[in-house]
Amino acid sequence: MMIEVITSEKLSKHFGNFKAVDQITFSVNKGEIFGFLGANGAGKTTAMRMLTGLSKPTSGMAKVAGYDVYRNPEDIKRHIGYMSQKFSLYEDLSVLENIRFFGGIYGLPRKVWKAKSEALIERLGMAEMAHALVRSIPLGWKQKLSFSIAILHDPAIVFLDEPTGGVDPVTRRQFWEMIYQVAHEGMTVFVTTHYMDEAEYCHRISIMVDGRIAALGSPDALKRQFGTQSMDEVFLRLARPGSSGVGGVATNI
Amino acid sequence: MKTIVYLLQKEFLQIFRHRIMLPLIFVMPIIQLLILAHAADYEVKHIRLVMVDQDNSSLSLRLRDKFDHSPYFDLAANVSTPKEALELIQQGTADLFIEIPVDFGRDLQRSQAVQLQISVDAINGVKAGLAGAYANAIIAEFNQQVWMDWGRFVPASALEIVPSYRFNPSLDYQTFMVPGILVILVTLVGMFLSGMNIVKEKEIGTIEQINVTPIRKYQFIIGKLLPFWIIALVELSFGLVVAKLVFDIPFVGSLGLIYGFAALYLLLVLGMGLFISTITETQQQAMFIAWFFLMIFVLMSGLFTPIESMPNWAQQITRFNPIAYFVEVMRMVLLKGSGWEEVQRHFTIIGGYALMVNGLAVWNYRKTS
Repeated sequence: MMIEVITSEKLSKHFGNFKAVDQITFSVNKGEIFGFLGANGAGKTTAMRMLTGLSKPTSGMAKVAGYDVYRNPEDIKRHIGYMSQKFSLYEDLSVLENIRFFGGIYGLPRKVWKAKSEALIERLGMAEMAHALVRSIPLGWKQKLSFSIAILHDPAIVFLDEPTGGVDPVTRRQFWEMIYQVAHEGMTVFVTTHYMDEAEYCHRISIMVDGRIAALGSPDALKRQFGTQSMDEVFLRLARPGSSGVGGVATNI
Repeated sequence: MKTIVYLLQKEFLQIFRHRIMLPLIFVMPIIQLLILAHAADYEVKHIRLVMVDQDNSSLSLRLRDKFDHSPYFDLAANVSTPKEALELIQQGTADLFIEIPVDFGRDLQRSQAVQLQISVDAINGVKAGLAGAYANAIIAEFNQQVWMDWGRFVPASALEIVPSYRFNPSLDYQTFMVPGILVILVTLVGMFLSGMNIVKEKEIGTIEQINVTPIRKYQFIIGKLLPFWIIALVELSFGLVVAKLVFDIPFVGSLGLIYGFAALYLLLVLGMGLFISTITETQQQAMFIAWFFLMIFVLMSGLFTPIESMPNWAQQITRFNPIAYFVEVMRMVLLKGSGWEEVQRHFTIIGGYALMVNGLAVWNYRKTS
């Protein structure tokens, strides 16, 4: 049975006259890896900020983990993890201190975060860096650590905003293995990305254009719908409506 | 509660991890205290005097000598015409000149009225006033002495005023200044560091990560402000020790009262820092706004110029100046030994003020935009 953990209906956010997010309607199921695609400025981050309780919608309705984004944003926050586009662990704290802090403020008992941080460091192979300041560790490690900390409190949903930006292909692959792992364990993953190979890894994807959802479906369904071979082409068709037709796209690449 | 402990642990780790922070918080203020307390001295000494002695009698020499031996005056030059003396003042090499007329000695001996002219460079009004008064006093004393020497009746003023200065009998400026300077230093730590700290999280983006956690607003704010509240109180203690050991400031009143007031006062100052952080996006902006208010607060605190001598409208403004209240309490309690009764009003005002500012800041701080 499908359980919807995110439901959005005509959710909108306006800044003055500008409609950053314009009536988006979609739902995400439990354990699903949901890719949230769109060109820069298409409204992905704004939409995500509304779903995570960081930003109040202008209109429409949305429920996340069973809670209403207007009335219970603080309840939502207890049940989600969030990894922002901007790297946001504390650079002047060590790996362990970051884990302790975030574990602590999510209310994990001392024993639990201790056990979890040991397991986490073991799994990431970061034993040698455990006491190093986060500032000093390589970006790829930081991103994996960031992700692990975002899911430390076993949230129902984890929101990842361009988690693999600037990361090398090997680390990206490892990163996606981690995503698959948690999704397999029942966590819902809501991820934005600019990498179309990553989009292919998602169960379903939506593509935002100018604040609206222009396409929604599994990667295969979308490719069929647009009659293309790859997600790249689907994306270019939607994001750049001027270059319609496969040939046009090809010259653009 | 536990959340706050984790927040405090993180804050303290971060504050003291920056190698610059410890000296910034403790060494710099002490250096400032030492330098400012010695420099902010309104006593006017070493006034550069030019004598225009057109008499050159034994009496005029005696007057000249008297000035030369005064700690307030340095005899910078002897010239023969007022014009030369004026030039020296214009060049800035002298502050004041005294013109002794021809026949000064002779007329004095004949008990005729003698006029001396004192001309003071009045660009610095305070200094000019004091220099003129000192010169008058020395001349009056000289007058009395020569008349006494001649065994004549001394027509001195019938009433002589002998001031006795209470609470700071030796008119020691440091006694007056150090408690006030201490207030400024504690205020600096409170307002700057707290405001900057929260804005820094905005700047590097970690605030977003905090806002997406179930941390409550009040928890976050307490976690942010409490460390600086503690640090500022430690700094105050540090400063009081220096005040006692280095400047020998009398602690007449109750230290408990000082700490009680400081605790309340810091809530207000930290609240101001917090409020600034809610309306700014970068540390630069926060710094600029904090600096704007601090400048006004410090200069209008009554530390450098007495509030009583400000124009009425300015006095009204100082009623909103937290530093003015603390400086007054410090001086009242430390130097005069005032008790709870006398400073009750200050407590009430700062308490109400703190409540208002913090309320405003908390209301303005949003986890959700």
